[in-house]
Parts: sequence; C-alpha cells; structure tokens
Amino acid sequence: MDTKEKIWMAIAALMLIGVYFVPIWSISMDAPQYPEGIGMNITVDNIQGKQKNDLKNINGLNHYIGMKEINPNSIPELKVMPYIFGFLIISGLVIAGVGNEKWILFWLGIFVLLAIAGLVDFYIWGYDYGHNLDSSAPIVVPGMTYQPPLIGSKQLLNINATSLPHIGFYISLLSMGIASTVWWKSKKD
Amino acid sequence: MNKLLKKSLLWPLAAVAAIGFLSVGCSSNGEFGSSSDAAEKVYVAPGEHDEFYGFFSGGYNGQLGVYGLPSGRHIYTIPVFSQTPTNGYGYSEETKSMLQTTDGFVPWGDAHHPELSQTDGETDGRWVFMNENNTPRVARVGLDEFKTQEIIEIPNSAGNHASSFVTPNTEYVSAATRFSIPMDEKNMENMDVSIDSYKENFKGTISFIKVSDKGKMNIDFQIMMPGFNYDLSHAGKGPSHGWSFFTSYNSEEANTMLEINASRNDKDYIAAINWEKAAEYAKQGKGKMMPGKHYRNYIDHEEGGVAKSEVIEKVRVLDPRKLEGIVYFLPTPKSPHGVDVDPTGQYIAAGGKLSTVIPVHSFAKMEEAIENKDFEGKEQGIPVLNYDSILHGEVENPGLGPLHTEFDGKGYAYTTAFISSEIVKWDIETAEVVDRIDVYYSPGHLMIPGGDSQNPDGKYLVALNKITKDRYLPTGPEMFHSAQLIDISGDKMKLLLDFPTEGEPHYAQAITADKVKERQKRFYEIDDNNHPRATKSEKEARVERDGNEVHVYMTTIRSHFAPDNIEGIKVGDEVYFHVTNLEQDWDVPHGFAVKGANTSELLIMPGETLTLKWEPKKPGVVPFYCTDFCSALHQEMQGYVRVSPENSDTPISYGTGE
Repeated sequence: MDTKEKIWMAIAALMLIGVYFVPIWSISMDAPQYPEGIGMNITVDNIQGKQKNDLKNINGLNHYIGMKEINPNSIPELKVMPYIFGFLIISGLVIAGVGNEKWILFWLGIFVLLAIAGLVDFYIWGYDYGHNLDSSAPIVVPGMTYQPPLIGSKQLLNINATSLPHIGFYISLLSMGIASTVWWKSKKD
Repeated sequence: MNKLLKKSLLWPLAAVAAIGFLSVGCSSNGEFGSSSDAAEKVYVAPGEHDEFYGFFSGGYNGQLGVYGLPSGRHIYTIPVFSQTPTNGYGYSEETKSMLQTTDGFVPWGDAHHPELSQTDGETDGRWVFMNENNTPRVARVGLDEFKTQEIIEIPNSAGNHASSFVTPNTEYVSAATRFSIPMDEKNMENMDVSIDSYKENFKGTISFIKVSDKGKMNIDFQIMMPGFNYDLSHAGKGPSHGWSFFTSYNSEEANTMLEINASRNDKDYIAAINWEKAAEYAKQGKGKMMPGKHYRNYIDHEEGGVAKSEVIEKVRVLDPRKLEGIVYFLPTPKSPHGVDVDPTGQYIAAGGKLSTVIPVHSFAKMEEAIENKDFEGKEQGIPVLNYDSILHGEVENPGLGPLHTEFDGKGYAYTTAFISSEIVKWDIETAEVVDRIDVYYSPGHLMIPGGDSQNPDGKYLVALNKITKDRYLPTGPEMFHSAQLIDISGDKMKLLLDFPTEGEPHYAQAITADKVKERQKRFYEIDDNNHPRATKSEKEARVERDGNEVHVYMTTIRSHFAPDNIEGIKVGDEVYFHVTNLEQDWDVPHGFAVKGANTSELLIMPGETLTLKWEPKKPGVVPFYCTDFCSALHQEMQGYVRVSPENSDTPISYGTGE
C-alpha cells in the first residue's frame, strides 16, 4: 500500500465516526389518522421517535394489539453496537498504519459478517415484537402478527409500515466500498 | 333588547328605504343571487385549508367564532366571556377566575369587536382582543393556543362599546364607555342622583390599556369626557400615528327617548385623541390617581395554567380641560356610528347613521386647524374644530344609514348602508361612489382581511348582516345572523357565499392563515406542566383526604383513567378531581364527567391538568367517564366512585386494574 492508499483506508475507517451522529435504520408508519406521519429511527445506541413523543405514541398504539413496549434501555444490541463500530474504526486505522492490504480483506470480511449479523438480529427482534403478543390485549385478530418488514413496506391492519436503511447504513456501505477499492488497487500494484 | 330595538326600528324604516332606493337611483348591480363562478371561488376541497382565518365576535353569546374563508366553514368557537360546557371554560377550577369582576362572577358577556394585534400597522397573528359591552371588560385571546389568556375589567365605564381597537404596534388597546353615568369628580363613584340631572352630573371615560410584549394588559390612563354616548373607534396610522378617533352620539345629553332626543343636533362629534401626548402626560405623573377598582384575570400555561386574579384599586385619570392638546372634537353629521381610518392614515371616514352623506375628514387639515386654533368654539372645555376646515370631502348618495367602512388597500373604501341594505364602494381621493351591491339584509359591520390595517388583503369582503330571513331553512322566529362573502378583487363587487354565524356577530377580523397556523400548539409538554396538582405519571395517581376536602389526582390516557375505582368518599365532601391528560399527541383531548356534578364536564388537552369540583349529595356508587371520543375503546374509558353516608368510616382507597 502506498501513502495515498493508506490515507484512503484511514478515511474509510474514520468516516464510520459519522455513524454515531445519524440514524442507521428507519421505520415509518402511515395511517389515515396520522396524516403527518409517525415513526422511529434506529441509531447506533438508541431508538428515537422521528418527532418528539412518536415512540410514546407508537407504544400507545401498540398496547391495543398487545405488542411489548419498545424501550431502548432494555435492548442489549444498542449497548453493543457503539463498541462494534469503535472496533471497526480502530482496526481500520491500524490496518492503514501497517499498510498490509491482506488485512483489509479480513477487515472487510468481519465488517460484512457483522452487517449480516446485524440484519439477522434486527429481523429476529422484529419477529419477536410482532409475534409475542399479550393474549389479553384488547384487539386480537386471529392469525394476525405485526412483524415489520426487514426492508420495504407492509400493511399491518390500518398502518402501512415502511422499513428502510438510513444515512448511517449508507455511510457504512461507502466505507466498505472505499476499503474494497483500496484493497483492489494495492493488490494490483 | 338591543336586537329587538333594531328589528322594530327596521319596519318603519322599510318605507324610508324604498324611497331611498328611488331617490338614490340605480342602487345595485341587480344581482339577487351570486355570480355563476361563485362556487368555484369559495370551494376549498376536502383536506385543503382556507386562505384566511376569520374571527367573528359572538355578540350576546360572549364567544369568538372562528371561520375559514373563503369557504365560510365554522372551524372553532373560543369561549371568552361566557361559561362554555364544550370544554368546561368558566366551570373548571382553573378557569372560573377568568370571569371574576367587581360585580362578582359574571358568566356571560356581550362581545362586539374582535381586533387582531398589529406590528408596524399590519396584523401579526399574536393575539386577538375582544371587548365586552355589558360588564366592561377587554379580553386577550392567544392565537398560539386559541384560548382566552387574559381579561381586564374597565373601571369607571358603563358599557364598553368603543373597544377593543389597537394602535399600529399594539402599544395600546382603547376602550370608551357607551353610556355615560353620574360620576362625581372626586372619587368617580356612580351616584344616587335623579336621572334628569344628566347634564350636571353625567360623565364618560375613554381608557387606554397598555399591552406588554408578552401580552400583559394594564390600564395606563383614562380620559374624563363629557357625558355623551361613545360608540366606536379606530387608531390613526402613518401620518396620523399617535392619534385615536372615537365617535359619539347624544351630544344633546338627553336621558330619555334618545331615538328622538339624541337625533336633534345636526352634528355630533368625533373625539380625536392624541394618545401619544396623553401617554406622555401619564408618564410624567400628570392627571390624578382616582378610585377605579377592577379585576385583571390571566391564565398562563407556563405558570401552571391556573387562572389568577388581581384587584387593582386605582387608575390614572387625565382631565382634557386641564391638560391641553389631548382631545379635540371634530363636528360630524349626524349621530356618527363607525369611524374608520384609511390605510394611508390620511383620511378619517365617519358613518353618520342618520346622515345622507359620508363625511371624510383630512388628518392634515385637522392638524393645520389645530395649529391655527381654527376653532368653532368649545364643548365643555374641549376645543371644537371647524367642520369646513377639516373636511376632505363628502361622499354623496352613499345609501341610507351608512355605518362602517373598511378599505381594500387599492384606494377604495367600502361602506355598509344599514337601512338600504347595501354595500357602497367609493374612491377615497375623489369621494365618489364607484359601485354598490345589495346585501341580505341590514348590514352592520363589514370586514376585509386586514381592512383596518395599513396593509389590507383586499380580496374578499364579508358583510355582517343583522337580518337573515329567507336566506336559509327557517328555524323558528330566531335565526343565526348571516354573513355574506363578496369578491372585491375586480371592479365590480360579486356576491360569492352566504353563511350563518353564531350569536349576533358585530365586527369580525381576518388574517392570512399562514401568519397563524405555523405557530400552533399541538399539545402541552407534560414535563413543562407546572400545575400545582398535576399528576405526571400513572404511578403518582392517588386520592388524598384533607378534612372534608378530597383531592383525586387522576390521569387519563387512551383508554383508561387511573385510578378508576375510588372508595371512601362521603356525602358532604368537597371532591376535587384534578385530571391530567398524559397524552402527547395532537388532537387527543380526554373528557371527564361525573354523574350528578353541578358544573360541567372537563375537556383536558394533551399534557394539561383541569379540576372538576363535585359535592356528592347521596350515598351510592357513581360512575364517571370520558366524554370525548378518544379511541376504539373510548366507551370502556370509565370508572366508579363509591359514596358513603356522612358519618360512615369507609377508608379512602383507590386502584386501577389488578
């Protein structure tokens, strides 16, 4: 790896700092009685309403169908994720310093595996919330579950839920892309 | 009574009106309905918003009606001077004090003239003020939450009619007495004297209410005036900034059968008041602090949302006979009613209700006449200017019974003719009539959005008519008064829409919706709820006894109360339900009603706390429930209170769920 490539690898690692400041994923909900929309953003360490009180209002709606309360403090993943990104940033910087392009491949491999694990975890989380319903809830529709889509839109009773990656996710993709390019170029040298 | 008089006045005048039509010649454009494209012009599609908010005084319902324009849709009613069961205003412990006066609790008012606050002579969307005629008061309604935030009583006033008109930066809201009463000059007390001693003893006052940046009102000064009837007012602007103009009638100072006895003089007066100079005098401590006991009631959500009342004992009174240069009389034919200042601030038009012309005074000429001491004489120590010296022009053939004028900002004035039931458009510079249109029937005020400001939105005009018959389906002898929307964007006025209004609206004002709707409160932050008896979470919900007072700290959220079972209440207790709505979502109020309560329900906005007082009269189990349809399980939102006999020893207990 030449100096330019090292700098690019360092950039790939450092840009992940941005993930701490923007949401990674977003779930939006449209319903006739919410013309202004309601929804939540998932960040590296939190789940926040798109507008103040959205989370409180979503929990309020969810209690009718017996869904568990979404409480960011009780989701362990949100405690782990900041360290995962911290690990990726530091290890990426070390690789940029050492300048061994093979290590980039390891780094990318781990990054991709973590991303896949994250998506699987997110799916399981959604499955759990959508399926484990309180049987004494006021509204029980036989056979109905409320798992939000992993990606894309899904109609859940009167609510159309849309789940999409947010800026943090795209920053991660860009970081991966830059690291791959660095690896590709330095391999050819 | 007022209205009955007007109606009975109308019949003998019908003949006069017919003659008026003939003598006036071609009186209208001959349209008895609306123009063919009218529907398109007033159609606001479902889900779309109107261009203007219209604020219509409720007259004797004491409220303020909010209408969308051009659709004419009634969108809200703000209770101001009247107890209102819709949301418990004036019934709940938090709002009762708003209706406190020196005459005690007055749960009704006669609201006449809403007036939007202004900055630089333009409506700014902060507040709308409204007067109350019968128990003299002025209210300030906040347009951030569409609620009455302050009511100040006007002391030494016997009918607050010429009110509430603002100066171009809302420095002052003015208020003048309609009725003069005997007032002794030492302590301004209403006196027990013979009514026919009117000329010796009767006096009137004109008050100037200072408005702070946050809205707080206080009476800065009053001016002691001759014992006429003061009718309407408007503030000067531009070159006439610093002045206010008040019409008067009964310069004859009659005290009986005013119909005849107050219609004798050829001219009455417009009182021109230099409020800037008067304010200076007041600041220098001139005039006298006189007795003038009055209430100021205000409610502030940041301070907990509980109305507070303060009693103010004295008021500064200025005597225009001693303080030169604050009041001049402009002779004006004949029993003038409305007085309106054009957007440039140069001209002052009066509606002489018995006059055959509309006199238009020139402010520049008025100033010159004052400078030259061009006085016709003095009236009870106040200089009277020369009519001919101050006249800009007289509008000929303005219809019969010209009352009020508003402006379109394009050089035209529009005047209502009460007797001939029409609106007459005239050119301000030439004082010539250019158009007229029939209205149905007997218009009092008219309104153009921003029409009394320096920058009118001269697109629509609303005629506020006193008679409605045959315009809608009949509803017995009484019908809601009709408003008519008229397109004034072209050369010819075109009738677009009729719509009924609640109560008897007198004046109305309107403002572009954009100036208001972006600043709307959607809910109150529960964390900022400073109500002394707020319950901010279900965990804090509880019931406490204090002697024979029981305080229930209750919360509501879709779709249950906490607590929803209460025991240990006894006959003879005073039970206070302090209900906090925990919702933090737009338009999700919860209601609260308990069987047999002698007040009204509560309607509690998200994040708000309101208190209902209940005195149970007999033992048993009593239900309470949510009155506002809040969710699919609204009907289940209910609970029970057990009431035990007075001497029983049932302990206080409460709970929610298992």
